[in-house]
Amino acid sequence: MYPIPIIAEALINGLMLGAVYALVAVGLTLIYGVLHIVNFAHGAFLTLSMFGIWLLWEHAGLDPYLSILVLTPIMFGLGYGVQRFIIGPAGHGRDNSILLVTLGISIVIENGLLVVFKSDTRTIATDYGFRVIEIGPLLLSWPRAVGFVVTMATAVIVWFILNRTDAGKAIRAVAKEKLGARLVGIDVNHIYAMTFALGSACLAVAAGLLMPVFYVNPQTGGAFVLVAFTIVVLGGMGSVTGALLGGLLIGVVEAASSLFLGDSLGQLGIFVLFILVLLFKPTGLFGERI
Amino acid sequence: MSARDLFPILPVMLVLAVLPFLGLSGSLLNLLIFMMIVALAAQGWNVLGGYGGLASFGHAAFFGTGAYAAAILQTRYGVNAWASLVLGVALGSLVGAFIGFLTFRSGLKGSYFALITLAFAEVLRILANSSEITGGGAGIVVPIDYGFENLQLRDRRFFVLLAVVCVGVGLVITRWLDRSKFGAYLIAIRENEDAARALGVNVMNVKLGAITLSAALTALSGVLYTQNFLFLDANIAYGPWISIEALFAAIVGGLGTMFGPLIGAVVLLGAGEITKEFSGGIPGFDLLVFGVILIITVAFAPKGLAGISLKGFRRKTGGDAGQSGRDGGADA
Amino acid sequence: MTSVKNMLSRRTVLKGAAALGVGVLAAPTVLRAQPAAVKIGLLQPMSGFLAGDGQLASIGAKVAVEEVNAAGGIKSLDGAPIELIIGDSQSNAEAGAQATETLNDEGVSIITGGFASGISTTATQAAARYDLPFIVDTAVSDAITGRGLSNTFRFGPSFSIATTIALANLQRLNDAAENKAKTVALVHEDGLFGSGLAGLMQEKLPDMGFEIVEVISHPTPARDMSNVVLRLRSLNPDLIIPSHYYNEFVLFARTLQQQRVKPKGIYAIFGGAASSYRFVNEYPEAAEGVMDCNHWGMPDHPATAKLMQTVKDEGTFYAYNTPTNYALIHVVAQALEKAGSSDRAALTETLKTQEFDPTVMPYGIVKFDETGQNQNALPLNTQVQNGDIKVIYPEDYAQAEPIFPVN
Repeated sequence: MYPIPIIAEALINGLMLGAVYALVAVGLTLIYGVLHIVNFAHGAFLTLSMFGIWLLWEHAGLDPYLSILVLTPIMFGLGYGVQRFIIGPAGHGRDNSILLVTLGISIVIENGLLVVFKSDTRTIATDYGFRVIEIGPLLLSWPRAVGFVVTMATAVIVWFILNRTDAGKAIRAVAKEKLGARLVGIDVNHIYAMTFALGSACLAVAAGLLMPVFYVNPQTGGAFVLVAFTIVVLGGMGSVTGALLGGLLIGVVEAASSLFLGDSLGQLGIFVLFILVLLFKPTGLFGERI
Repeated sequence: MSARDLFPILPVMLVLAVLPFLGLSGSLLNLLIFMMIVALAAQGWNVLGGYGGLASFGHAAFFGTGAYAAAILQTRYGVNAWASLVLGVALGSLVGAFIGFLTFRSGLKGSYFALITLAFAEVLRILANSSEITGGGAGIVVPIDYGFENLQLRDRRFFVLLAVVCVGVGLVITRWLDRSKFGAYLIAIRENEDAARALGVNVMNVKLGAITLSAALTALSGVLYTQNFLFLDANIAYGPWISIEALFAAIVGGLGTMFGPLIGAVVLLGAGEITKEFSGGIPGFDLLVFGVILIITVAFAPKGLAGISLKGFRRKTGGDAGQSGRDGGADA
Repeated sequence: MTSVKNMLSRRTVLKGAAALGVGVLAAPTVLRAQPAAVKIGLLQPMSGFLAGDGQLASIGAKVAVEEVNAAGGIKSLDGAPIELIIGDSQSNAEAGAQATETLNDEGVSIITGGFASGISTTATQAAARYDLPFIVDTAVSDAITGRGLSNTFRFGPSFSIATTIALANLQRLNDAAENKAKTVALVHEDGLFGSGLAGLMQEKLPDMGFEIVEVISHPTPARDMSNVVLRLRSLNPDLIIPSHYYNEFVLFARTLQQQRVKPKGIYAIFGGAASSYRFVNEYPEAAEGVMDCNHWGMPDHPATAKLMQTVKDEGTFYAYNTPTNYALIHVVAQALEKAGSSDRAALTETLKTQEFDPTVMPYGIVKFDETGQNQNALPLNTQVQNGDIKVIYPEDYAQAEPIFPVN
């Protein structure tokens, strides 16, 4: 058995890491909730964003947290374009076809990055990357605490956009009743693309929060995307609050299991959880939709 | 199914069987073997994904089980290679039936089915990577012992023949799906599951049969992989690459068509080699092209290359239009 | 078929050479026509996740090729130059086999390299079909030379050779220390080195008087090491023996630093990172004091400085791949010289029976045993001291006294 401070620190670490997972999952679940598509390219978009943050650091000397402000509109625009001009037309509105198109996009992005950046692993060495906050016997990672706070702030902004803006109201209308929304004059294709853009923009924020503590290579997104799918399924596909809670839960579960069982089995736990939830409670643990 | 139904298969088999004896270089023979292995895995994918409309992202689960079973049975238990082949295929189908039972019982299809199959393959990959019997991360080496009885052929031209025979089995099975009641039920379920059920089709049993058959073909491809490369590790056996290539070949070649997976495998791997040649071997470039081909296929030719050529053929001959319903997309 | 063709071309070359020999005697400078180059295949991961290793290896090999050719080529083949043909294994086993086929099609006389165990396993087997000799560079799996393939040789130490030496050196290190280490934690990745190494350690360390307090495995790639390090912080072991790939080691070492875990020593076996100048350059604080037992060139050999400079000029960081492949090409050149032929069978026979000079590698005399393993292959122990990598064991090559305990 471990001393209490060690366990406490592991759980808090998990909670903070879980927040970033949650942010990745929020984008995914938003896209699912409105477009009813599984965006298999989500992980590749995250990798792309992380390379964006790295490029801004390497060539413009921009701090990763500041880069978020630059990258968010870029990813927003890219997400809009990809949905509007590639996924929408190529998918023909069919579940399997859309899934395959997003798979194709993820392969194109991953290998495009491989062509451009080779398979080298890139890191950003900031002064604060390994800084700690001391609270009594606890040593908490400073960049992770920032990650937690910024994620919560982003969640509030997403909530605000969805509930208090016209675009957000249109998004919710399309999510609930696509045909009805079309009848009252909402441009459904535009709203689809807007949603995809919003989901992609969340990734730019997540990338900025991850880069000070993590590395990027063309395959990095893959490590996050299955975790994000698990969170989305756990939280109920399409539920933003569910994704947030699910992310935090997964973070804590992962931390606890890797503390007590070792990291290898901890990884297995996530997939097993994913399979069990899909098999026995496919509506997720926190059922409510957008 | 009559002998006449098998007629179109013969010339294709003949060409494939003669090809290795035309003085191909070692690397071309290797490529040909690899094309046949991928084609076989894709034929397996096609049974479930093309005819059944259930797109799996985790056929590695079956490929890897076949491959590992063959390797482990031979190296640890001294089982004869041919017996290992049979057992490997049997175990692969068992894994298929197990995954099918769990997922179909919960009514999973579409994206949910794709994701859960991916998760199953990943679980197997992690287990294989850390367990003792698979040799863990260091992998398994099958000792070299050339001889027909060991399913190891020193002259690779004969290994090509063996792989071609297996692909031929896949073609016959696919042809059978086109002609049998079982195949018709499966297609009916793809087009409209509720309607099929209302007409008295036992949906669960037909789907289970399809995933078992699909897994068996892909497991056979895994066994061939083991016998050709004589080395396996968890990333080869259960890694996502084979799930993706099987899916690619089947879709690009033509979903739910007999020759689709074979055409797809030949075209994709051929295109991969050519792009490698042209791009000066820039890593990732060939896969980038694959990705673009996949998107274009889904966007403009959902019936794949076989669909395009079939359309052209029909237009010329004004032939049987009634069949076209059978090679529709998997987008149920 | 290919070997028949090769025999023919060899005969023509020999005949030509014999005829030429007369001419050379008569007019040494004027009539010296260049004989056909001997093709040597270098199989390395030039792309994929091991591409960095492939690049370092090819730099070493190219330097050696230039040296051999500048010194007049293979004299017993009338000064025939050697030509390096690089095959890309794309960091995976089956592409490695495919690249071996391509090298064979190109008519190479011998292949060197392989780098990783999985790739070397399939590649040596593919080469065996053509009786094409293959000298593996740094892949360590014991199974590579244990399979009875008569074409397969290994230049560097195998897993069992290296671990035996690493453990003996660890014992000496601890015996010499006043403040001895007693408790050990093993942290390993759950794949290639990790599991095998951890199993071996668990077997051997208790007999050496160490108490294993924890064995932690983690997957590759790992997203986070903080929980691993937390466990270590609560157990506070004297010694940590890690085995992971580069990225994970960096993450691990930096997290140790962050969480203020200060063991008496970090002792890696085939750790990679602690014998890589990239790590030492990018994270000098985390790297300080880390020890490694790994492939490494002789520090005072003149080629070492040259290779380090070449690697620097190429804009990357020096590691063991460069000297190993440099030395290997020189060994191949010696074999060609001794065989007096570029014929595959003749080369295999020469490699089996003769002895070679390993130049920059600390192997004394290279002698391949009946399984193909170089009997005198030896890993070196290194330690990061003052931002540089220093050899600490064995004494013959040591540049510095080991610092132990570090903290």
